[in-house]
Amino acid sequence: MTDGWFAGLDPDDDEAAVATIREGSADEPAEWPRLAVDAGFADDTDDYYDRLRAATTAAAEQAVQEREGADDRQLVHAVRSMADCERTANELAERVAEWGESRSADAGSGVEYARELAASEPSDPAGERVQSLAQRVVDLDEEADRLRAYIDRTAPEVAPNLAALAGPVLAARLVSLAGGLESLAKKPSGTVQVLGAEDALFAHLRGSAPSPKHGIIFTHEAVRGTHPDHRGSAARALAGKLTIAARIDHYSGDLRPDLQAELDERIEAIQSRTGGDGE
Amino acid sequence: MTLPNGVERHDFDGETGLATRGEPVYGEATDGAWRRWDPDRSKLGAMLALGMETGLAGGETVLYLGAAAGTTVSHVADFAGPTYAVEFAPRPVRDLLDAADPRPTLFPLLKDAREPESYAHVVEPVDVLVQDVATRGQALVANRNAGFLRPDGRLLLSIKARSEDVTADPAAVFEDVLTTLEERYEIEASESLAPHHDDHLGVVAGPRRDGTF
Ligand SMILES: C[S@@+](CC[C@H](N)C(=O)[O-])C[C@H]1O[C@@H](n2cnc3c(N)ncnc32)[C@H](O)[C@@H]1O
Repeated sequence: MTDGWFAGLDPDDDEAAVATIREGSADEPAEWPRLAVDAGFADDTDDYYDRLRAATTAAAEQAVQEREGADDRQLVHAVRSMADCERTANELAERVAEWGESRSADAGSGVEYARELAASEPSDPAGERVQSLAQRVVDLDEEADRLRAYIDRTAPEVAPNLAALAGPVLAARLVSLAGGLESLAKKPSGTVQVLGAEDALFAHLRGSAPSPKHGIIFTHEAVRGTHPDHRGSAARALAGKLTIAARIDHYSGDLRPDLQAELDERIEAIQSRTGGDGE
Repeated sequence: MTLPNGVERHDFDGETGLATRGEPVYGEATDGAWRRWDPDRSKLGAMLALGMETGLAGGETVLYLGAAAGTTVSHVADFAGPTYAVEFAPRPVRDLLDAADPRPTLFPLLKDAREPESYAHVVEPVDVLVQDVATRGQALVANRNAGFLRPDGRLLLSIKARSEDVTADPAAVFEDVLTTLEERYEIEASESLAPHHDDHLGVVAGPRRDGTF
């Protein structure tokens, strides 16, 4: 669609205006003020800007109100579903590749290969089946992308400080592993540090393994980017800040941008112990 | 460097600082109708305070990406023309709405700057694109929004090194970001925003002539 938000709109229908601001789209911008005046939607550009302001303000108010209701349960379901979609896509992609290999010498692998196959023209009934299966892989992969986009958007609403420090996906994983934002906020930072490493932790408790230094937070740059000798310290520092962030998010909801600077400083100090560049 | 019309240097408690005329937004100092534009709290404020040649004259149409609670964009709306403010996190938008309240041509948009189609039906082509999203992929966001810039328009961008990679050398990150930007823009100037903001680079760029939307 390449119409402006006001296209076909009754200038007095505020509700419809809010809806098109929120849900509409266009391929590219255009001289909307002039076009709106030409179309008779507004008397002149001043009138247009007045209407635009009323509509954008009302749309933002409505959206904010709705999203305030965003809760951690939705985030938990979304991040678990994303993981399921990714895992299933990969498993099915393997099946597709195996099937593809039996039919063609230059079969590839993974979701990329499934994407190629899905776009191809099947030449026989078996080919139709592989192609259709490949399409399922592509669908799942795309669903995982859409879930990720949803998480990127909603994690900063549910837990702004945690999402800022950890990134939206890791924040959602932590909330999911803890079973909710409230229970994450109540966990000691030593537990947050090893969330997602339960198997290793139980092995340790049975006496058959060293205690794990980190769980899912290993995916964070602050840990991954630190020399293995110092990852334990980095994980402890990161878990400490993430725990504080989760508590602020749960109990007050204030934004605390200084947390990031504090974390950066700690990590920098830890990484400089190696004397190297952190690799 | 000349300041845009509507931005002046004023005296605040014996200290000279940039100021615009408008309702206070974040507890900043005031001098009559003028309110201090604190360069420590605003990347664009720092670019002006450091004397970067932004080409701003005042009265421009502006698209601002990463408006947050409106600290900077409220100053922009004070001296610019129609100002479209995009922010995707709802919490700061509550404050942005307050900042927009006394400013008749500040348009708040709760949208994701990575999806320009979701606001291209609202935003007109602009003279200035300001971006301060401070998230990974900053250059891509700017590139995706290049289609909003008029041929003689300007991009005023703040790059936060740590948003791309906390462990990498900021200089290397800036290098990378600038290279990506060059797909859609011609870089006119870039300068560190220290001492106001550590590990931030201010960039002034124009659209590439051979660019297409
Ligand atoms: C450093 S803050 C901006 C501060 C603001 N420019 C000022 O000076 O007042 C970055 C903001 O960009 C927002 N942001 C990050 N990614 C975004 C995206 N893809 N779309 C819209 N806003 C985004 C964040 O939510 C955050 O509020």
